[in-house]
Amino acid sequence: MKYEVVIGLEIHVELMTASKLFCGCSTAFGGEPNSNCCPVCLGLPGSLPVFNRRAVELSVTAALALNSEVSLRSRFDRKNYFYPDLPKAYQISQYDQPLGRGGYLEVEFAGGERKINLERVHLEEEAGKLVHAGDSIIGAGHSLVDYNRAGIPLLEIVTAPELHSGREARRFLEDLRTVLLYSGASDCKMEEGSLRCDANISLRPEGSSELGTKAEVKNMNSFRSVELALDYERERQEQILSEGGSVIQETCHWDEEKRQTFATRSKEGSSDYRYFPEPDLLPLILESSFVEHLARQLPELPARRRKRLQEQYGVEKDEAFLFTGNKELGDFFEAAAEEYPNYQHLSNWVQGDLLYQVRESGKAIKEVEPRLVANLLQLLDEGRINRPVAKELLAEMVQAGVDPKKAIKERGLEQITGRENLLPIIEEVIASNSEAVDNYRKGKKKAFAYLVGRVMAKTEGRADPVELNRLLEEKITGDL
Amino acid sequence: MQLYEHTAFELSRMLQSGEVSSVEVVRSFLERIDEVDPHLKAFITQTPVTALDTAGEIDNRRMRGEVLHPLAGVPVAVKDNISTIDLRTTCASRILEDYIPPFDATAAAAIKSAGMPILGKTNLDEFAMGSSTENSAFFPTRNPWDPELVPGGSSGGSVVAVATGMAPLALGSDTGGSIRQPASLCGVTGLRPTYGRVSRYGLIAFASSLDQIGVVSLNAVDSALLMNLIAGYDPLDSTSLPDAVPDYTAGLEPGLNGLRVGVIRYSSTKGFDPEVTETVQKAASLLEEHGAEVGEVSLSLTDYGLSAYYLIAPSEASSNLGRYDGIRYGFSADGGNIEAMFSRTRGEGFGPEVKRRIMIGTYALSAGYYDAYYLKAMKVRTLIRREYEEAFKKYDVLLGAASPTPAFKIGEKADDPLQMYLSDVCNITDSLAGVPSLAVPGGFHSSGLPLGLQLTARPLQEHLLLKTARFFEENRKQAPLRPSLDYVEGGKRQQ
Repeated sequence: MKYEVVIGLEIHVELMTASKLFCGCSTAFGGEPNSNCCPVCLGLPGSLPVFNRRAVELSVTAALALNSEVSLRSRFDRKNYFYPDLPKAYQISQYDQPLGRGGYLEVEFAGGERKINLERVHLEEEAGKLVHAGDSIIGAGHSLVDYNRAGIPLLEIVTAPELHSGREARRFLEDLRTVLLYSGASDCKMEEGSLRCDANISLRPEGSSELGTKAEVKNMNSFRSVELALDYERERQEQILSEGGSVIQETCHWDEEKRQTFATRSKEGSSDYRYFPEPDLLPLILESSFVEHLARQLPELPARRRKRLQEQYGVEKDEAFLFTGNKELGDFFEAAAEEYPNYQHLSNWVQGDLLYQVRESGKAIKEVEPRLVANLLQLLDEGRINRPVAKELLAEMVQAGVDPKKAIKERGLEQITGRENLLPIIEEVIASNSEAVDNYRKGKKKAFAYLVGRVMAKTEGRADPVELNRLLEEKITGDL
Repeated sequence: MQLYEHTAFELSRMLQSGEVSSVEVVRSFLERIDEVDPHLKAFITQTPVTALDTAGEIDNRRMRGEVLHPLAGVPVAVKDNISTIDLRTTCASRILEDYIPPFDATAAAAIKSAGMPILGKTNLDEFAMGSSTENSAFFPTRNPWDPELVPGGSSGGSVVAVATGMAPLALGSDTGGSIRQPASLCGVTGLRPTYGRVSRYGLIAFASSLDQIGVVSLNAVDSALLMNLIAGYDPLDSTSLPDAVPDYTAGLEPGLNGLRVGVIRYSSTKGFDPEVTETVQKAASLLEEHGAEVGEVSLSLTDYGLSAYYLIAPSEASSNLGRYDGIRYGFSADGGNIEAMFSRTRGEGFGPEVKRRIMIGTYALSAGYYDAYYLKAMKVRTLIRREYEEAFKKYDVLLGAASPTPAFKIGEKADDPLQMYLSDVCNITDSLAGVPSLAVPGGFHSSGLPLGLQLTARPLQEHLLLKTARFFEENRKQAPLRPSLDYVEGGKRQQ
């Protein structure tokens, strides 16, 4: 029997606020353990939460960017459970009245673009972090808790079960990340835990519309591991079903090293979190003018930018994807394009040499001035420098911010062109390399390249190669 | 007359005129505490040194001619569920026995910034759960009118301190009657302000949607003085009210002409002492004689209110008290794994009444029961609010009893939680409605014990309650105003 894979994702994204969701503590990553804490985020007796307006703004912005319907009235509920990293023994979250209802993302898959629906988008607080002494939670002699992260605002995004492979899940996440980056809601750094993803995955016979029993997969620390874990889990479930067995509803842990999932705890009937409305907070009431204002402020999102890049600059689809997916690179391209109208040429340089140099030097694209790259390409087009010099100058520009116009003046890098300038040098080379000239005349093609090289050496690489070739040929054959 | 026998208002006058110093005042109260508290046990923690320090500082500042708050130098007692920085705040629980808050409750900070010396932290039922102060994990507090009786609760310590001259004023907290019921049982004035009028920041939560800090005093003027200090919006408490704070001492002068008073007719007075009902009727007649328009109002949902309260409050408590897990602060039991450590910490750290309420609340919030219990209780709460809104279309103030009976014997209801819960029956619906409510002495039972009246008004109409309370004070004929304490002063304890 053939099976269809059904995947739904639950994504947690840390919002880019300077302070926590319910107190003034810093959200900075990597501080001394328990240095960014106060009575509120430690849940000390008598402390009370107060909304961070910025977190509300960012979550509304993100919801709008995800095409989610923003509720003008939403509510916070307490999700009660005991765990050492949860200071109040409840998480302030949203339950039946989330900030954003529905939503979707249009994602380009192998089979074309498809709309992936979202169930909800809601705001909640982050928990602290357990640090186990020893290798694992099981063997640890004791554990330590760091509450620096406790209370950082989190956006939870839940998709409908509409993804059908590990590859699709990965593509969705890549696009989701891009949208959230564009909206400015989160920096989506998976390595710092500011974007995390859990997945529900089940199999059903092809053509069936009922959902099979699902497993929840956790601990996937990169987009790649999401793809690997879900592919592994599909195979595991397929094996069980094809042998006539049935999948148990359980939570699985992805083991990155062993490349397989392990069941952690069975989840028969979901845990009872005893949700009830948070009495310490008033319902979150948003003015429609506030939401409209944020909607107007919403920057151009990736899907629209891709289309615009193709229309405005005539770049290819995959180039548009590159410049959208790598926002800084796209921004660079557009800034340089304002001063340099040969877009295809610019695009080739930006995605080729520039990206290479940036990666080589470990610099950020932001550090390179788009104007300088535009100038460089103009100099090249005007024939004032040749290609090898242009490449060399680009490298220096990325590393040290060298201005190409100044550099060619100061260092005499300008291309040597024109009969009157080139001919004397060529004649000199011919005169002092009569053997090579003879060889060429006898039909040894290689000798020509040698002579070109001699001229280049004498001009420090500045000779216009096209004209040099023409003149050298003319000179050698014309003298016959 | 001893200094400790004066009201806060009188002390304020004497301090401002330079007739006495704050150090003298505080010494008088400290001596009184030394004398009386061993018999009644109102305080969990006494702070004579810091109280005298504050008093000395205020005296110095006054000598330098600084403009001070009217209550500067007037001492105060604070219920031990209100956080005080660097001063242990126990909630009368083993689980917080050694807990020292790193911050002040907003109300405590207000008291300190006004220069009121804090005499100590007063006893309560553990986490304010109780009506007799017997549920304190440390010791029960005794009723000064008869030490074999309970003082009521949960603010028993604060009420006894004020009733016996161990403090001229005290902060209490009222969730379902915890200020009003003990005030009634001990013959003092107790005000539960409108929900949100006084910041809850730093008040250790029992039931967040019901908890409210309030005032225990000897009279309405003293309540007004302290309310002027602690009422107001607090950016640290999202549920605090933004409305401007009036001067509560203004407009307290006599004269009830045109005041519309609705006397509460209970659907059932089962469990009510007949003398209590009689006292309320007498009070109504007195109001009428002095120009108030008196009618009757029936609050038919009172019985449901008690049930709703004992679902909502434990539900919130079950969640609020989850944080006492032994990880970060407070009592921590050794245990093998984390679950065992949690269980043992909470099993050993909480007393039986707290455990009972955590279990009731956990049950009421559980999947499958939520709709039938918590949600239904919240619907009842909405209906009660509407019933009050209706009543306040006709009346400015509602009048009823502050307790169905006078003080009862220590141990009498300790093993019967339902009977104990019924002792809050007069107080609970006001709490659910979030309206201001005040207990004022209304007379005496034939047994010699004080009986309290309860006055209720629309949200933010505390001044009407204070004005009406003032009227009763002016017309109070019966003596004594204070318990005799002959078992203390005569050196022998009454049996």
